[in-house]
Amino acid sequence: MALPDTADFEQVTVSDVSRVYGRRRALAHVSLTCAAGQIIGLLGPNGAGKSTLLGLLSTLTEPSAGEVRYGDRTAREAGAPLRAYIGFLSHDLQLYPELSARENLEFFAGLYGLDRPAERVVDALVSAALADRADDVVERFSRGMRQRLALERALLHSPRLVLFDEPFTGLDEAGCEALVTRLRALRAARRIVVLATHDLDVVDGLLDHAVILRRGRMRELGDGESLRERYRAAIAEDGGGRHPTGPGSGGVTSARSVRAAGGRQQP
Amino acid sequence: MTGFCKVAWLVLRKDLRVESRSREMLFTTLFFAVSCVLVFSVVFVRGGQAVEGAAGGILWVVIAFSGTLALGRTFERERHHDALRGLLLAPVDHPALYVGKLLGVLLLLGVVEVVVVVMVAFLFGAPFFQHVWRLLTLLSLGTIGFASVGTLFSAMLVRTGNRAVLLPVLLFPVTIPVLMMGVVGTTALLQPEPDLAMARVGIGVLFFFDVVFVTLALWTFEALMAE
Repeated sequence: MALPDTADFEQVTVSDVSRVYGRRRALAHVSLTCAAGQIIGLLGPNGAGKSTLLGLLSTLTEPSAGEVRYGDRTAREAGAPLRAYIGFLSHDLQLYPELSARENLEFFAGLYGLDRPAERVVDALVSAALADRADDVVERFSRGMRQRLALERALLHSPRLVLFDEPFTGLDEAGCEALVTRLRALRAARRIVVLATHDLDVVDGLLDHAVILRRGRMRELGDGESLRERYRAAIAEDGGGRHPTGPGSGGVTSARSVRAAGGRQQP
Repeated sequence: MTGFCKVAWLVLRKDLRVESRSREMLFTTLFFAVSCVLVFSVVFVRGGQAVEGAAGGILWVVIAFSGTLALGRTFERERHHDALRGLLLAPVDHPALYVGKLLGVLLLLGVVEVVVVVMVAFLFGAPFFQHVWRLLTLLSLGTIGFASVGTLFSAMLVRTGNRAVLLPVLLFPVTIPVLMMGVVGTTALLQPEPDLAMARVGIGVLFFFDVVFVTLALWTFEALMAE
């Protein structure tokens, strides 16, 4: 079944959005515009509100104040068909470990009502470099293989807005490079990519726009040579870091240093 | 958008496929139910003679306890690896996801009930098969009422830490009328002189509860699943 074009959009606008959980304010007066063909980076220490903002953009969380518009409509106005244009790869991979790679993809292809599902599933398995393991259950896969499969699951329906929450976790250097290449391809295909990450070294030079979230508030990154320098400067201006991974780092771990130590950071 | 029935079928098929590989819920629920019946048979059967009226009550107690065990696991697969978010993000009617999960629970409890009914009939000498269609109707309606509320609560509690404690605390007060009507109707059928009028009342009340519970569940599921 073809997706209805009426729900498609070229821009997502977050306007003065706040989100409160009980007495805790997760986001406060956040505004952001994301256009097609852009990769937006959401940076910030743990608990800063990045995942909450991704949840809002995914339509699964409603703002307590303000609004998120997809084109000229809110999620409530656009209804369920809007979700056909949103893909989300979270830190947890949203896969069923007891099912095979093919069965996982077929299940989601069915839910999304995709045309030529078998063909698209095969394409996705090839993209994930899992064509020869297609009928193996996912629980036998390594973290990197699961991550690649989860990425293809999130992109199976060719979403306009693609949300990533710590997508580099669990990937080795080659996996990171492959994902960066994929992100560039998404930008070239005029997708809107929003990426929450701590891996500043990996995404340096990749992002079209980066913002920092701290205690639910958003601010732009200033000028500087590297993303890490700009991030540290922003954290320092905002009162310094409180995390143990380095002075002023705000909880950000160097991707290279972790890889050199033989593994990836697990938040 | 994918149709309501197709989504429910996809979710059911996925759950059956996962269960056929892990057999986690079936074995846990079945072993628990069989153990319960055996323990009750030691207490309530003396000299080959069961305490009068015990069979109906025992049948429903076993269904309630083993059903709670199954319901507690229903959304565990969705909770692990955040698969629930993947489901909720699909452009489908969210109540269809609920119906798919509910059908899975009903199938599982159906299998358990077949075993339990045969065991209770054998161990307690209960004449379950004299009024087999009425008994089948009572069991089906009672199970739908119990599972429809339980599946909703299980979904509602999926993001809470102490769901194992909260599920029975929430479930039993709401489903007590269903269980009581099930016991009343079943006991009426198992008497030496079956009280068919009382069994019909039980069936009618259970049908009413089912309509109310399933309607409320379909109506509230979307709101309860919001983060």
